Amino acid sequence: MIIHDFECVIGIEVHAQLKTKTKLFCSCPTTFEAGDNENTCPVCMGMPGVLPVFNKEVLNFAIKTGLALNCELDSASVFARKNYFYPDLPKGYQISQYEKPICKEGYVDIVLADGEHKRIRIERAHLEEDAGKSTHHGNYSLVNYNRSSMPLLEIVSGPDMRSPAEAAAYVKSLRSILQFIEVCDGNLEEGSMRADCNISIRKQGDTGLGTKVELKNLNSFRFIEKALTFEFERQVDAAMSGETIIQETRLYDKDKNKTYSMRSKEDAHDYRYFPEPDVLTLTFEEALVDKIKKDLPELPLATAKRFVSDYGIPEYDAVVLTQSKALALYYESAIADTKNAKAVSNWIMTELLRELNDAKKSIEESPISAKQLAKMVELVDAGTISGKMAKDVFAEMWKTSKDPEQIIDEKGMKQVSDEDALLKIIEEVKAANPKQLEEFKSGKDKLFGFFVGQCMKASKGQANPSVLNKLLKANL
Amino acid sequence: MNLETAKISEIVNSVQSNKISAAEVMQFFLQRARQWQDKTNAIITFNPEAEAQAAKLDAAIAKGEQVGPLAGIPVVVKDLLCTKNLKTTAGSKILDNFVPPYSSTVVERLENAGAIVLGKANLDEFAMGSSNETSYYGNVKNPWSLEHVPGGSSGGSAAAAAARMAPLAIGTDTGGSIRQPASFCNVVGLKPTYGRVSRYGIVAYASSLDQAGPMANYIEDVALALEVIGGKDPRDMTSANQAVPQFSNIQKEVKGLKIGLPKEYFGEALSSEVRSICEESIAKLKSAGAEFVDVEIPHLDYTIATYYIIATSEASSNLARYDGVRYGHRSEDAKTLEDLYCNTRAEGFGEEVKRRIMLGTYSLSSGYYDAYYLKACKVRRLLQNDFLKAFEKVDLLLSPVTTSAAFKVGERISDPLEMYLNDIYTTSTNLAGLPGMSVPAGFSSAGLPIGVQLTAPHFAEDRLFQVGKVIQDMQNVADRRPQ
Repeated sequence: MIIHDFECVIGIEVHAQLKTKTKLFCSCPTTFEAGDNENTCPVCMGMPGVLPVFNKEVLNFAIKTGLALNCELDSASVFARKNYFYPDLPKGYQISQYEKPICKEGYVDIVLADGEHKRIRIERAHLEEDAGKSTHHGNYSLVNYNRSSMPLLEIVSGPDMRSPAEAAAYVKSLRSILQFIEVCDGNLEEGSMRADCNISIRKQGDTGLGTKVELKNLNSFRFIEKALTFEFERQVDAAMSGETIIQETRLYDKDKNKTYSMRSKEDAHDYRYFPEPDVLTLTFEEALVDKIKKDLPELPLATAKRFVSDYGIPEYDAVVLTQSKALALYYESAIADTKNAKAVSNWIMTELLRELNDAKKSIEESPISAKQLAKMVELVDAGTISGKMAKDVFAEMWKTSKDPEQIIDEKGMKQVSDEDALLKIIEEVKAANPKQLEEFKSGKDKLFGFFVGQCMKASKGQANPSVLNKLLKANL
Repeated sequence: MNLETAKISEIVNSVQSNKISAAEVMQFFLQRARQWQDKTNAIITFNPEAEAQAAKLDAAIAKGEQVGPLAGIPVVVKDLLCTKNLKTTAGSKILDNFVPPYSSTVVERLENAGAIVLGKANLDEFAMGSSNETSYYGNVKNPWSLEHVPGGSSGGSAAAAAARMAPLAIGTDTGGSIRQPASFCNVVGLKPTYGRVSRYGIVAYASSLDQAGPMANYIEDVALALEVIGGKDPRDMTSANQAVPQFSNIQKEVKGLKIGLPKEYFGEALSSEVRSICEESIAKLKSAGAEFVDVEIPHLDYTIATYYIIATSEASSNLARYDGVRYGHRSEDAKTLEDLYCNTRAEGFGEEVKRRIMLGTYSLSSGYYDAYYLKACKVRRLLQNDFLKAFEKVDLLLSPVTTSAAFKVGERISDPLEMYLNDIYTTSTNLAGLPGMSVPAGFSSAGLPIGVQLTAPHFAEDRLFQVGKVIQDMQNVADRRPQ
């Protein structure tokens, strides 16, 4: 994407909350539904003298992710303290990884809407603990430490994306990978996955990097794209009018579709990183990596490629259908019951995903089961119902979760293909519209459509359109 | 049995066999503790439950229940170790109102072994000091001479053990905080190998150096206490997965044992009185059959600088949690978040603590990290190598603990650098993670105690007890008590 000879350079830091049973350095549960400060203990509250103990479950998650992101794994990664004061940070430092992260130098391949393939580099992925959550109430603030010490994997991409759409595609791909390997829910809205986007601009053809601005508070794919688009334009405007772009962190305001400054580099902390003396070097045996590698499930892009070759659907459709493991499973389970894989894909891509999105439902919550959708496609293919009727059946299935056959039965929606029955309707329509019939006969061809419509109406929409057409042509 | 000179095992045996009740033992020591408290200020908080807990133990014994190896032993615990439901201050105003909802592993293990916390010992604020003069709760006085400091930072623990306010005390040692006050107070003080004793629940000063250990009148008591408190703890990743031997079964012979004399420890700074007491111990060990070998610790000169950079760097981070948000002191006149932090910490921390936070913050700052913190870590490694090399030749080291006997209250407090130099012979042990022990070895002409320091390879505390026992038997000062 180019604006006035400027291109944008985008790199993204994704914080993925790992779905372990307990926190990173204590045995508190990670459940989302809990009363304020219910999931806390002296360790994640930073009480005096208590010590962090590494949760071994996290190691498996990190290795799994590293493998899925084609990373190099460090069998001796080191935790460090990142020191800064904030009330939601109970110890006054965050335990993170700094100089020696567990994963580095990997990549994610993405497929764009126009079919273009692109490889986005992963610079590093490191483990760290989350902070608590502050809420502000007029003249006082409250802190909830349930989130304190939740395990996060921070995945840092290279500055490889050149448009807001590419950025969104990358985060989508990353999310689907994390969901496929079951390490992260990938819920942007609830914050189990958070994407901070760094964006700078440069003249087309330049190779250096400009001053970057970090965007935070982007809790949907749409906002990622909109915020980056706004910011790209803002930076181009600034550059065109001779202003210098300053290094800063900006927040996105979704209501105004604007970004505004949160803090500039001058306010940046000196985090005084140093190796965390309370936590041992994180080591593992190669055998553990081998075992995890063996158990690694098929990743989204491989699944998409298989969909293309096995079911003949377009690659972009296959990428959309593999956005989440649940969706891919839904698709596969639907096409087990019908041969028309393309039609199933179309129904999912157009109708089902739109309905789910509008209702803010996940595929797991779909009122229409994969079996029901497949059955509906079969009924269309068998000529039992028309494509138009199928839309009504779909709407009814969405509302009631009933089987398509039942809906068709209840509503008497069966398609009429019987020629005698249709001829009877045609004769009735002809008798009722002598004037139009006369005009048609005298050469006004356009009126053919009128007769199709009238016959359809008379059949309560149940006439098989192709049979009806054929009969009308012969009998007008 | 004379409770003033009885070893812990004697008291425990008597309690177990009903010759004396735990309640009687507790009453005896509580009475002594109260008398000496007025003179020394060794204790910050007495445990109001101590007598009730002793009575409970007696009831258990009466019912024939199995009791542990420290049954009925009153113990004074440095107020840096968290005690569930009993105020834990770290000697600081900032934790003046802090009652932990958990106990440190050390306290838990002591209590599981039947020991009863008599009180919480005074200390330098956050264990930062060598004279016990930086405590928010007032300085501790040396029971041997009330004009003198007891040493620090475990000054309260040392004074309590010396004055026999309890037969056992627990201290912590980050740069000499057990060994130096032990030397100043005629007490055996052991800093175990780093990782031997769990740090869980001990208010952190410098995490890579801190280690808790026992202080008592007799080697046997210290060895027994280490058996109880030592060993892997799942709540402390840095606690070592090392078997805990039966330390109290002390090897009697020192014949053929090779003891190293690191020449750098016997330089010009050493006072003649300390030197002669060391020489006396050396002569006696020789007569017992030990062999002495000169060794070198070439990087000893850098130990103070290295220690004060690493310890303060870690401390600057460890003490960040005292922010007034969740517990402890909270400034009342704060209008903004920044005020809350600044005022709380300005009001809550004492001068020495602030100085060390500043030093450590500076050492870790961007632009200074490589020159200070990172360089110090490298020197630390060199120092460790010095010791490992020395231990290729010898079984353990003997050296002075300090250059001189206890100094006077107020004498060094105004000159931090002179105070820091006090730690010249002790900090290297912590930097190398080694076990070290101060053993009472004699008295100065002014009647002040002087100890000698023994240092062993990692996890070879048994050698400290083996040699320490010979010094204890031959020097014959362990039974002396201040009047």
